[in-house]
Amino acid sequence: MNEGLVAETVSIVGHDGDEIEAYLARPLGVRSFGGVVVIHHMPGYDGGTKEITRTFAAHGYAALMPNLYHRDAPGASPDDAAAVARARGGVPDERLVGDVGGAADYLRALEGSNGKVGVIGYCSGGRQSFLAACSLPLDAAVDCYGAFVVGEPPEGMPLKVGPIVHLAPSLSCPLLGLFGADDKYPSPDQVAELDKALTEAGKAHEFHVYDGAGHAFFSVNRPAYRVEAATDGWQKIWDFYGRYLAV
Amino acid sequence: MCTYLTETIAVAGSGKGTAGWIPLTDATVYLDHPQHAPAEHTLNIDFLNPAQGPAARVAVELTADSARALARAIETTLASAPPGLA
Repeated sequence: MNEGLVAETVSIVGHDGDEIEAYLARPLGVRSFGGVVVIHHMPGYDGGTKEITRTFAAHGYAALMPNLYHRDAPGASPDDAAAVARARGGVPDERLVGDVGGAADYLRALEGSNGKVGVIGYCSGGRQSFLAACSLPLDAAVDCYGAFVVGEPPEGMPLKVGPIVHLAPSLSCPLLGLFGADDKYPSPDQVAELDKALTEAGKAHEFHVYDGAGHAFFSVNRPAYRVEAATDGWQKIWDFYGRYLAV
Repeated sequence: MCTYLTETIAVAGSGKGTAGWIPLTDATVYLDHPQHAPAEHTLNIDFLNPAQGPAARVAVELTADSARALARAIETTLASAPPGLA
């Protein structure tokens, strides 16, 4: 693999047939590749998550990040769009599933696709990765510290999403979970509850909870970044996707 | 964590954003991950004019201590104003 890649903004068909913006990075010089749908965190379709998307391409995957806030603020800067989406209560679950499904279809249709598509999400996107993998036919899913898969949001939070652990029996693919032991949302107890639900449902999964790390430990431009957890976490992702997407 | 916790209020006044001064109609106040401030969570305020689009926004991200100090300073300033001005 020469790590060459091309990255560009494209238009994809998302939920309800809507055309939405997405960021595509694909490898060069690779005859056959798997696909990864990247779900951005709540701060939006930002530079940091675009860098993550390019990282997948550098490792031989076609990666596509739909702009989940495109309808809320077309053409706006990522931070302004995130502010609008927040004021509207976030991304509805049904719309998220439709947009990830559209992104997965786009990846499967790329020339050179091996037909396999995984999903990964960070922060709020971690919950959405699990949701997508329970709602769509996918080949591998990664949940990076997604809150409220398990557990009700604290009283008084006007969050429009609720726990979705009951969807575990519908999980369509193996799940890799990467969490911080110091995180409160999800707490280690909540991670353990999700682990138990998946085991009871007979679903393939592997969870890693990193000591000395809290929420958002992959974010290189935030104080939450933890180099040991992030470095090992990336290795876990390459191992996992190598088993389920690359072959 | 992503708190999603958001207070929305109507406001009257003006703010200076990237395109110059704009009349303000709304403000949202929330505690969550900042876009820019070097902290895990900040008290964020967006002064907005949604009718003029997403970019009609004046944003601040403050540490919890500085947000409380700001709130006290606002109350102190208003309380000490001469009668009839505020």
